Amino acid sequence: MILRLERRSQRSTLMAFLSPVLAIGITLALGAIMFVALGFDPGEALYIYFIDPLTSAWSIEEVIVKAAPLILIGVGLAVCYTANVWNIGAEGQLTMGALIGASIPIYFPDWQSPLVLILMLVLGIAGGALFAAIPAFLKNRFSANEILTSLMLVYVAQLLLDWLIRGPWRDPDGYNFPQSILFEGWQVIPPLGEGRVHIGAIFAIVAVIIVAFMMGRTLRGFEIRVVGTSPRAGSFAGFKGKRVVLFCFMLSGALAGLAGICEVAGPSGQLQPNVSPGYGFTAIIVAFLGRLNPIGVFFAGVLLAISYMGGEGVQVILGISDKTTQVFQGMLLFLILACDTLIRYRIRLVRS
Amino acid sequence: MEALEAVILTIITASTPLLLAATGELVTERSGVLNLGVEGMMIMGAVCSFAAAYTTGSALLGILVGLYAGVATSMLFAFLTQTLMTSQVATGLSLTLLGLGLSGLIGEGFTGLPGEKLESIHIPLLTDIPFIGPILFGQDILVYISLALIAAVSYVLFRTRIGLVINAVGNNHHSAHALGYGVIRVRYACIAFGGACSGLAGAYLALAYTPQWIENMSAGRGWIALALVVFSTWLPGRLLIGAYLFGTVWIMGLYVQGLGVGIPSQLLSSLPYLVTIVVLVIISGNRSLIRMNTPAMIGQPFAPER
Repeated sequence: MILRLERRSQRSTLMAFLSPVLAIGITLALGAIMFVALGFDPGEALYIYFIDPLTSAWSIEEVIVKAAPLILIGVGLAVCYTANVWNIGAEGQLTMGALIGASIPIYFPDWQSPLVLILMLVLGIAGGALFAAIPAFLKNRFSANEILTSLMLVYVAQLLLDWLIRGPWRDPDGYNFPQSILFEGWQVIPPLGEGRVHIGAIFAIVAVIIVAFMMGRTLRGFEIRVVGTSPRAGSFAGFKGKRVVLFCFMLSGALAGLAGICEVAGPSGQLQPNVSPGYGFTAIIVAFLGRLNPIGVFFAGVLLAISYMGGEGVQVILGISDKTTQVFQGMLLFLILACDTLIRYRIRLVRS
Repeated sequence: MEALEAVILTIITASTPLLLAATGELVTERSGVLNLGVEGMMIMGAVCSFAAAYTTGSALLGILVGLYAGVATSMLFAFLTQTLMTSQVATGLSLTLLGLGLSGLIGEGFTGLPGEKLESIHIPLLTDIPFIGPILFGQDILVYISLALIAAVSYVLFRTRIGLVINAVGNNHHSAHALGYGVIRVRYACIAFGGACSGLAGAYLALAYTPQWIENMSAGRGWIALALVVFSTWLPGRLLIGAYLFGTVWIMGLYVQGLGVGIPSQLLSSLPYLVTIVVLVIISGNRSLIRMNTPAMIGQPFAPER
């Protein structure tokens, strides 16, 4: 018996919806096996992982706080990947946005005005966009592979952050801890209502709507899709591949930068060695799980935010390592890619 | 003289994992497959080899387990990209994410434990020669394996039938298929070879470079290995030079820090990544250099017409 793929005459719309569901199902099954192997009750562990975070107001808020950056970055990456532009350095762009935006309260700690917050957000966006423009420029000008250059810049950005908060930007009254001063007043993003949810969540929803509109209703969105599926056809239509590369990188960099400054001026309230628990990389999974579609990215972002919460939950309640979160996320991406094959192919088992 | 000897010895240790991983990826890419999962295969090799060596007390067994871990991880990639025809770029990325996650979970119980160090060989008389003795005859076995592998790959790729088939599959899979070569089978084999080499690279990190398990200890070396293949323009000889060049850059940072010069250590630590970008720009900007040897089918899935 061997496995044989048979090409469908057209893409299966049913499978396009079922594939993520199937992938999630298999991931949960493999997760259950993993918990049994670690010596825990799989039912209880999976409940704590994926249901428990949705049972209290406190943890739902926390899910929203974590989903916001994932969605912001994921939407941008979805645009990139649609155009066949491989930005995998969102983590670096997030870091850069965070530290450029944070430079305002660090250099002008006593400046209090609504302008401060606006300036921080704008600088965060600009920092991410400009940092993302580097791999785009290197690809357009020197055809250097953007996957490698964008990833290398993640390490550079993180080391730069590390140097700043251990050196010039370290809080003088911080007992030598590697962190900046605490931001306050207009240097912090105001929360929505009582809890921890802040404007970042609204930014994420706005980004989803704008990008969905751009991709579906504007010439720019059409250009991105054409260049992604067939660069040759795109060039006949007068679309410039290089312009698309730069646009996609700067858009996704801007959104990652915004996510970064929202983290620093939001939940953390200061610059710390780890701006994010790998949101920039997890957002790659979010983009694919969301079918590179802004609305899909929204739901995918929420699901992966739940997995972060669940990881913390099993660690606290059952003592299972929160490293399982990354395993879940990795398996999920892997299985989505595998299940997506069903959209274009039928699987047949044939006797050899 | 003694200081120079120490520097050369550390350069060799820093270069070997890069050389091992890049050698495997060079063969994989020659067959027309771009596997971006090097980092994931390497870290899986590292954690599995460390666990095996720690539990059994045998570093050699650790090497073997690391190799198998690399192959096993690479087969996930092969099944998806070759059988299910998924995108190679996305699948490779997911392999890296999965490998980093899984290795963190497996290795959690081993963090901070003293590992089993891979012993350097000692040949009486030869190793005792001052200066050149320890450098030429006093390395551990993986250093010699890495050098033997690159020589063997160079020979096989350009002097044997197998090499011709691999290059044919990588340069025009339709012609290779028409000639009766099993394109998918050749690619599976080359991906497995790449996995084995990455696994060895990981084993080297966890058994020789720093004989302990540290999460994310590959620190981007898998990605640098990928860049090295571009740097080499897919030629084994240049790959060897490139790997040692990067190993030197990696070590230079440490030594300059030791001198107490007022350069921030983070700047020196970011040197390998910055140099990678610069090198990619220089090599990729030179079109003729790239065009001459790039496998024409790289990254493209093969579906035999039926």
